[in-house]
Amino acid sequence: MSGPAIELEGITKRYPGVIANDHVDLAARVGEIHALVGENGAGKTTLMRVLGGLTPPDEGTIRVRGREVSFASAADAAAAGIGMVHQHFTLVPVFTVLENVVLGDEPGFIGGLDGVRDRVVELAGTLGFSIDPDRIVETLTVGERQKVEILRTLLRGARILVLDEPTAVLTPQESRDLFKLLRRLVKEGRTVLFISHRLAEVLAASDRITVMRGGRSVTTIAAAGATEGDLARLMVGREVLLPSAVRGGSEPGEPVLDVSGARALSDRGVPALSGVDLTVRAGEVLGIGGVMGNGQTELMESIAGLRPLTAGAIVLEGADLLGWDAAARIRAGISFVPEDRLDRGLVATMSVEENLALGLMDDERLFRGPFMRMCALRQRADATLKRMDTRPSDPGLLVSTFSGGNQQKVLLGRAFDSGARLILLMEPSRGLDVGAMEIVFEQVRSATARGVGVLLVSSDLTELMSLSDRILVIRRGRIAGEVHPGETTEEELGLMMAGGGA
Amino acid sequence: MILQDVLTATIFAATPLLLAALGGLLSERGGVVNIALEGIMLFGAFAAAAVTLWTGSPLLGIIAGVLTGALVGALHGTACIYLRADHVISGIAVNMFAASGTILLLKVVYGTKGSSPQLGSLKLLGVPLTVHLAVVALAAVPLVWFLLYRTRFGLRLRACGEYPEAADAVGINVHGYRLAGVVLSGVLAGLAGVFLVMTAGSFAKHMSAGRGYIALAALVFGRWRPVAVAIGCLVFALGRGVQDVLELEIGIPPQLSEMMPYLLTLLVLAVWPLIRRGRSAEPPAALGRPFVRG
Repeated sequence: MSGPAIELEGITKRYPGVIANDHVDLAARVGEIHALVGENGAGKTTLMRVLGGLTPPDEGTIRVRGREVSFASAADAAAAGIGMVHQHFTLVPVFTVLENVVLGDEPGFIGGLDGVRDRVVELAGTLGFSIDPDRIVETLTVGERQKVEILRTLLRGARILVLDEPTAVLTPQESRDLFKLLRRLVKEGRTVLFISHRLAEVLAASDRITVMRGGRSVTTIAAAGATEGDLARLMVGREVLLPSAVRGGSEPGEPVLDVSGARALSDRGVPALSGVDLTVRAGEVLGIGGVMGNGQTELMESIAGLRPLTAGAIVLEGADLLGWDAAARIRAGISFVPEDRLDRGLVATMSVEENLALGLMDDERLFRGPFMRMCALRQRADATLKRMDTRPSDPGLLVSTFSGGNQQKVLLGRAFDSGARLILLMEPSRGLDVGAMEIVFEQVRSATARGVGVLLVSSDLTELMSLSDRILVIRRGRIAGEVHPGETTEEELGLMMAGGGA
Repeated sequence: MILQDVLTATIFAATPLLLAALGGLLSERGGVVNIALEGIMLFGAFAAAAVTLWTGSPLLGIIAGVLTGALVGALHGTACIYLRADHVISGIAVNMFAASGTILLLKVVYGTKGSSPQLGSLKLLGVPLTVHLAVVALAAVPLVWFLLYRTRFGLRLRACGEYPEAADAVGINVHGYRLAGVVLSGVLAGLAGVFLVMTAGSFAKHMSAGRGYIALAALVFGRWRPVAVAIGCLVFALGRGVQDVLELEIGIPPQLSEMMPYLLTLLVLAVWPLIRRGRSAEPPAALGRPFVRG
């Protein structure tokens, strides 16, 4: 039962200027769920890539069930029984479930997918869910896509399943389903290795936990008996203030933002907002909870001026924003942190300074007429990076050289330093570790203390509950209800999001 | 009578467009922009003419045209895939090289600047080769469809054009498949060039006359789907059919009638999006994006 399924010894991977993995050891047993935790940039993802055959290590050995192996490609790792489920799903969106499942391992040159079709349906059945093999992947929910990924690795004979932040994009219910599924897999003698930033779920779902810090494996502990505080301390190397349950009752002031009767279309031209009313007051964090794709993105984009309303009004501190473009709204004091940092947030191939300048075009401390004030910009960028505690902290570096979590900090830093009256936050701590989350939470608190209004969209219910003063639940483009974090539970909120209660 | 003439002229005008457009489709579904169709056609045409003249065998000429197309395709593919050149720039380079290179070859090999000597009889089994090639071009439509949607190769090629990271993650050689797509595209575009030579009976400079670009337009019009692309080719070829009739039977000056195919292409491309408003063209998601393992 508990022999070693996979052992990594002395894995070292150097990149120019950085040691991503420095003699990392890790051993996962047959039949266990093993979690890997660590701060952003601790080397977890590199280790996973080594394990999946995507990145060859410079040094170290990998043993699968006691036999030493070396992987030249993802195919080698798959052949050794290692199945990867990446954070960004590796499914082709326009293909069907079946096409995605067979891709790269097709039964023959021509057709003949019916045998596989039956196996997919059957395996899904034994794992306790159903899936239509002919659905186009694009039309599936994130949770369903993840199941397709898992199915695919299992059909290819994976004995060791490696998942990179599998719950980052799931609702609490979906996460619970996922861990049930994973538990079933390890009972059948497989091994599961997963990365997560959510310490509570790591403790609840895993058997043992390996902690990484600064490219090294610090220790491996049993989940039973450990606390979130223990893990956070091991990860950061010092005491960490975990986000507390509910924030202190600050006095909300005058309304900053008034949205009334807002209607808008999605990219596909179907109604995404069907009459939304909400008010954000000065010094208040208004949370928007909901299963992704229920109009959150369209709501935020409408307010930011990136999507036209088909009806309704948006009023910022008394001024009707009808017809104002995004630049005018930024000038009026709206700052937007989009959900996809590289899609709409930052230009990866430009430096941090330049990215800050792009977001603050009308700040005359940074521009003199058409000219950039390089010194002022450098100082400003330095200050922002220092406050957000990014690593590296040189504002002259390209954004693409930062890890995802640190890019997120740059984006957030720009918003918090912009002097905005209203900050639109989408998934602010997605992909951030506890240390970084601490900083984000701190920034939100100090912004509200200055009287800034914050509208927060998050699929992480813990974050939503800890940061918000009030939470509106959005479902199918309508506000389905309002709750106060102190008077509800994540369970209740999750049910409301799914359309059960309220 | 006129209708029949228009129809025949349309089928023959459509043949090189079909071959080139289906070729472009194979390249672009794999993720490589192929604006080089025009140049590949020219090189293929020259090779077919030269080898036919040299050996006296039009069949060897066809093979030479196809192989040359494959080679030029491989060149464009290597530049785009392995050297990560900009796909459009590389394609333009191929086209300019072909336009002047074939003239240079004409001068060196045949001592002329305009066209090669006549090729003589171009028949197989008593039927003109152009008819054979027209049949091949029409047959290529279902074949390319089958290749894309019913074979392992097609599935993998499309994955490389849509989301190369996903293909890589399941162990598919993204670069290899993309190159294969471009080389196949060269084969078909080369064959389009062969057809032009077999129609004219000799090689003439600039004889592709923008057909590679019209084929690209058909590719966009047909949203990278074989059957729709073929329909696009037929629509654009209709312009050529109408041109012939206008010129030969009604007597419109050639300076005007020669504009027809291009005018029709422009018109269709401009009006079509208005007709099917809201549904934008859907190119392969990773078209023109080099794949670098992260």
